[in-house]
Amino acid sequence: MWTFFHKLGSPPWLYSISGTILRWLLPITLVALAAGIVWGLLFTAPDFRQGNSYRIIYIHVPAAVVALAGYYVMAIAGAISLIWKMKMADVAMKACAPIGAALTFIALVTGSIWGKPTWGTWWVWDARITSMLILLFLYLGVVALYEAYDNKEAAGKACAVLSLVGMVNIPIIYKSVDWWYSLHQPASIKFTGESSIDPSMLYPLLLMISAFYALFTCCLLMNMRAELLEREARTNWVQRLAKQEGRS
Amino acid sequence: MHPVRKQRLLLVLFIVLFSSAAIGLVTYALRGNINLFFPPAEVAAGMAPPGQPIRVGGMVAEGSVRRSEDSLLVRFDLTDFQASVPVEYEGILPDLFDEGQGAVASGRLNARGVLEATEVLAKHDENYMPPEVADALEKSGYDHKGNKQ
Amino acid sequence: MYFDSLGAILHMDGHGSYVWSAYLITLIVLAMLLLVPRRRQRRILQQLDGELRRRQGTPMALDEES
Repeated sequence: MWTFFHKLGSPPWLYSISGTILRWLLPITLVALAAGIVWGLLFTAPDFRQGNSYRIIYIHVPAAVVALAGYYVMAIAGAISLIWKMKMADVAMKACAPIGAALTFIALVTGSIWGKPTWGTWWVWDARITSMLILLFLYLGVVALYEAYDNKEAAGKACAVLSLVGMVNIPIIYKSVDWWYSLHQPASIKFTGESSIDPSMLYPLLLMISAFYALFTCCLLMNMRAELLEREARTNWVQRLAKQEGRS
Repeated sequence: MHPVRKQRLLLVLFIVLFSSAAIGLVTYALRGNINLFFPPAEVAAGMAPPGQPIRVGGMVAEGSVRRSEDSLLVRFDLTDFQASVPVEYEGILPDLFDEGQGAVASGRLNARGVLEATEVLAKHDENYMPPEVADALEKSGYDHKGNKQ
Repeated sequence: MYFDSLGAILHMDGHGSYVWSAYLITLIVLAMLLLVPRRRQRRILQQLDGELRRRQGTPMALDEES
């Protein structure tokens, strides 16, 4: 068990295994995304009330869901980095931040575009939307904070603390539609009981959510690989790699 | 567990709990201000300040929508089935605005207790289904939430 | 399929500009998310390889690095 964690902390091992994983995970992700998008755009019925504008759900919800989950990945990586001083956890945390920011951005922009023909506005300061905007600022804050420090260790500590402080935002976002009167409607996918979205529309949505989770994993691994190469540029294993692949 | 690491773990837990508590308390304290939203029952009870920008949300009462012939002026009532608030709005209403549907109007209450709205937004619920399914539900006597009519 | 023609797909009963702009922005951001790290990885390896080849002129330098 501990040997696994020990291996996890070894950059060449992680680089090699992430390469193997990506070789099959990346194509699967792209196929799942393409299939889900085509299914949602062309092969589901329009919504009885919202018509074709509801099709934005197939990108808006997956981006939002994974943006929330990804924040926990980032915060937990930060915690591990703080407690065990594990450099790999620091690399993981740094790798999460831009991905989370991009997904939150997608959720906000697609949500805004969806809001115009349905609610009648591009933006409203309701609880769900405002807390999602705060999430975007948190992610961007972590990205910026890393650049603000010359010392990588100090940067990592500051970013970990910021990630941990912002953790409370995730349940707030999730529960905002239940706790406060908001324009944004409550969840359609229910974990207990029947979902309030028709099965023919639910299945492509679940496929897209899975595809976005897979996408997050791919991007996380790719970011970590690049970061590791940069940090370990002076080591043997990276220089050997450079000689092998530098000219490709 | 290694004593130094245990110390750091406790520090991490402290950071999370403290920040959550701090943000939670601030959010709870400001909840009235965050909302600035009044259900019709509270407006009827006089709890909404007149002349100040507020939001009133509820359902557009059946049969209450009256459009003017020569302008964009629209009158309708917002209800939460406990009380009703008359609303006046001049402008284009959202596509999803309809009687029996949810809406949120922002504006100021005038002396007659009418909300002079500067913005009217449609609120929809979390139900998604194809039109055929909705039709079938209606024919068998249910509304789209699955409640018997 | 729920649309009769390419025109219908683009128009989406009037909601076409909303749906398509949302999907386009999303695909652009996703493409960037996937391409940027790959480009960074290639650039680092290429730069490193170039550096090492230049240093090969002085054989002592490589041993000092490792």
